[in-house]
Amino acid sequence: MLQTVGVDTVEAMGMHAQLTDGQLVARCRAGDQQAWHELVDRFSRYVYAIAIQAFKLPEHDAEDIFQEVFTRAYEHLHKLRDDEAIRPWLAQLTRRLCIDRLRAGAHEQPEESVEPRDVDDTIARLDDSMALHDALAILPDSCQDILDRFFARDESYRTISEALEVPAGTIASRISRCLAKLKVELEGRKPETSTS
Amino acid sequence: MSTGEQVTSYDEEQLGELLSVLPPAPEAWVQAAKELPVARQRLEEILERASVDESYRRRVVADPETVLEEADVVAHTQNIEIIRRRLDEK
Repeated sequence: MLQTVGVDTVEAMGMHAQLTDGQLVARCRAGDQQAWHELVDRFSRYVYAIAIQAFKLPEHDAEDIFQEVFTRAYEHLHKLRDDEAIRPWLAQLTRRLCIDRLRAGAHEQPEESVEPRDVDDTIARLDDSMALHDALAILPDSCQDILDRFFARDESYRTISEALEVPAGTIASRISRCLAKLKVELEGRKPETSTS
Repeated sequence: MSTGEQVTSYDEEQLGELLSVLPPAPEAWVQAAKELPVARQRLEEILERASVDESYRRRVVADPETVLEEADVVAHTQNIEIIRRRLDEK
């Protein structure tokens, strides 16, 4: 289990958001509770999506799995061999717990049939989305907010308009501009290909 | 857009679609996960008290949910199982 006392926890949450996964894990291991909060924020959607989308668990089962994943992560973080590999480690942990849950509820089925066939594809898609969210973090806060509200939170133009106090008629164009910025950011990251 | 590889296709419609596959987890779940370190500390305090106070121990065994709530710890399955397991060990 991680230590919870006697460590530097004065850094603001904003500082932790800029840490790499490995740096964040190291700070969690040192007992920094704000780092733990950031770790939960960073991976909560991922764990949730694996349980709900990849394994199609009902909400009450997904909640148990969600808490169990973070409980085990908290207890066993010191066992992680490569701090930067926290995401695949969490994915594997979530996957294993989901399979256990499905097996427990499917006594008469053969074990190999409990895992949905498209789990690998779904998790790969979630990995792509996590990479996209990393790129999104480079954009201005206003763009992050509006894209997250519209796409991930499925909020209407009206809801976004009221929350951000901007005219509803400008929401579509704002989203379009932010997507264009995201596209530019991704293209800037694209590995160069040889033309020779 | 390929899946499982670096995001290399930049069609804006696909970007939007890909952003939509990671909706936020319910806020209460996230909050409970964030409070794990504090919750663990309080669980230890409950177990410590139960180890020296037999009547309190019986109360924890009989109604762990209420004891956890009194300690301001979310009484979800994992916390209750931890309490029961640790009490059984003693």
